Amino acid sequence: MTTQATELDPETSRRLATSGSLLVRRRQRWGWLFVSPFLLIFALFLIIPLGYAFRMSLFTSTLAAGTEFTGLANYTRAFTDPLFLEGMLRVLAYGAVMIPTQLIIAIVAALVLDTLTSWASKVTRLLIFVPYAVPVVIGALMWSFLYSPRFGPGATIFDAFGLEAPNLLGPDTIFFSLVNIVTWQWAGYYMVVIYAALRSIDPSIYEAARIDGANGLQTALRIKIPMISSSMVMVVTFALIGTLQFFTEPVVMQSIAQGSIDAAYTPNMYAFSLAFSYSQFNYASAIAFSLGILVFIGSFLFLFLTRKQSGLK
Amino acid sequence: MKSRTSRVVAASAIATLSAAGLAACGESQEASCTNEIINEDATQVSVWAWYPAFDQVVDHFNETHDDVQVCWTNAGQGNDEYTKFSTAIEAGSGAPDVIMLEAEVLSSFTIRDALVDLGGYGVDEIAGNYTEGAWSDVSSGDSVYAVPVDGGPMGMLYRQDILDEYGIAPPATWDEFRTAAEELEAQGAPGVLANFPTNGRAFNQALFAQAGSEPFVYDSSNPQEIGIEVNDDAAGDVLGYWQGLVDDGLVAADDAFTADYNTKLVDGTYAIYLAAAWGPGYLQGLSDTDPDAEWRAAPLPQWDAENPVQVNWGGSTFAVTEQAEDKEASALVAKEIFGNEEAWKIGVEEAALFPLWTPMLESDYFRDLEYEFFGGQKINDEVFLDAAQGYEGFTFSPFQNYAYDQLTEELFEMTEGNKDAEAALDDLQTSLETYAAEQGFTLK
Repeated sequence: MTTQATELDPETSRRLATSGSLLVRRRQRWGWLFVSPFLLIFALFLIIPLGYAFRMSLFTSTLAAGTEFTGLANYTRAFTDPLFLEGMLRVLAYGAVMIPTQLIIAIVAALVLDTLTSWASKVTRLLIFVPYAVPVVIGALMWSFLYSPRFGPGATIFDAFGLEAPNLLGPDTIFFSLVNIVTWQWAGYYMVVIYAALRSIDPSIYEAARIDGANGLQTALRIKIPMISSSMVMVVTFALIGTLQFFTEPVVMQSIAQGSIDAAYTPNMYAFSLAFSYSQFNYASAIAFSLGILVFIGSFLFLFLTRKQSGLK
Repeated sequence: MKSRTSRVVAASAIATLSAAGLAACGESQEASCTNEIINEDATQVSVWAWYPAFDQVVDHFNETHDDVQVCWTNAGQGNDEYTKFSTAIEAGSGAPDVIMLEAEVLSSFTIRDALVDLGGYGVDEIAGNYTEGAWSDVSSGDSVYAVPVDGGPMGMLYRQDILDEYGIAPPATWDEFRTAAEELEAQGAPGVLANFPTNGRAFNQALFAQAGSEPFVYDSSNPQEIGIEVNDDAAGDVLGYWQGLVDDGLVAADDAFTADYNTKLVDGTYAIYLAAAWGPGYLQGLSDTDPDAEWRAAPLPQWDAENPVQVNWGGSTFAVTEQAEDKEASALVAKEIFGNEEAWKIGVEEAALFPLWTPMLESDYFRDLEYEFFGGQKINDEVFLDAAQGYEGFTFSPFQNYAYDQLTEELFEMTEGNKDAEAALDDLQTSLETYAAEQGFTLK
């Protein structure tokens, strides 16, 4: 082999080059083999169902007339369907109230806990986080008992003052009752994310700030918050996606507040009832895809607008 | 080199194993019976049902059949089960062989070609074992889509102790019902006379039907055509009556089937529970009952006491699905599982079901049964047998679930004071007509 290597004719060098890329290719083949279990599951549980659902959304199936190919007609219908659009506006309204509320609670709690070092702060941190460890369905069930005009503490407290308890499950109050559940559940989780980001800041920066004469509040607002902006962007993205896909809490509450929460309360619930209660699987797929597209556009826009803060340039 | 080969083997083994695991998930449909199979070699028929004490009925069937065995699963109650069934129909697999369905949803599934016409499997021969009303609910022309099991003739369950305390006689007409409600309020009773749930669904529908409302004209033999008239005068009158009661605060308008509602049923908040024949069983299953409660049953109040009209709320059937492998054996199960006295003894005594099977329905045993819960009252003899006898059947729409959801929404708007009864029913009519047209039906 060495003798041949001394005088390289074009033919050999070509062969060597190919054998080199052959080596790379062989290595790549190994890589594919190792990721194949993941790819298989990824394809089986995500790509194929998505493709199947998209294909379904291109057909229209009615109870009386059977199934036919209708192209994008279901999508035209979805974006002119008042129930879908109302649901969309409703989750946007939830987002407008819920995301800032959760974020403010999470930031304030994280900033306060960050400055304290006593054992009480550790216990408090845990207590704020605990609701996140409660399964969503259980949490919603628990709150629905608390809101209950009969079993709930509200009735007892208002009774003691001779007042009538407000109906927390009425059509006007259900909005804030649901905001309360979600905030209770998720603020702790966001707090932990933000808190972890705060802990990773080099403390010498605070020292420098103190020497420059910054007080606690100024340090928090001018130094800590800007330095954790990438975590904040992530938290808001999570909250945004979660809110647009609002589903579990209203579904659980629906069983005790049927009038206030209808079958199309959120777009996700609408898709669910279309598919499973009214057996309109095709239109439900179209609704689900439309929601997916809007969630994607929403999160993409948000990440684009905050690309400076998140460092995702 | 050797280690390399073994790595390849390991990696491909992982890939194959996970693939095999996934494939196994798809096939593990069988052998998930809640009950024990007594005769392993016999044909197995899978059954979904949610009757109370049904395990005993299944065991009885399996003990008495050598060639067919029932494999029972409780796939949820009402809508929970229908959701699973509906998904299985769409998927083309996963449905049981025999399924418990309420009579009101039968046409919703026949229109999707999900149920077997049992006429060819000897089921029409047992028509004589059921009342005409019950049979008309499961059949259409020559086709029979299910075997009736239990019924829900309606009556009035009331708290004797509460009515006595305020000196009120159990109302026999709806006029008396209103007077009773007014008296109860005038005397400052802590509770109300009754509840009018906006999510009563079949309950609300039954009250309309009592005045002669026929919301749907539909026949499975001509599935593309439907007549809708949910806003007829009868429905309007009944709803107007209830709106008056709700607006005057004489009855409650609480959601039904919630924890709050269940408590109020048994703690004396409602003096009267307008119920179906399965209502006593439902009441007895609730906890925190008032220990001093004295429950009695009486016929449902009437619009015209001279010409009483009987209505039905709920009631269920066994149907055979198109996905059943052995349709002959499945039809046999549907026919025979509740087709004998022993099974019905369990059904009546343990599950508080109201039989539609006439050998039991018309038996002295059933008529003379004394119910301890009702202070030894023979409630079948005094109330429910008459109610069942007068029932002539009812036509539901092939999109009943949607129709009920819309009804609930409109009734809620009404009790909130946003609309009156007439407007609520007119809006319901419009939304159902639109929906039917969207779904490709021709309106009659």
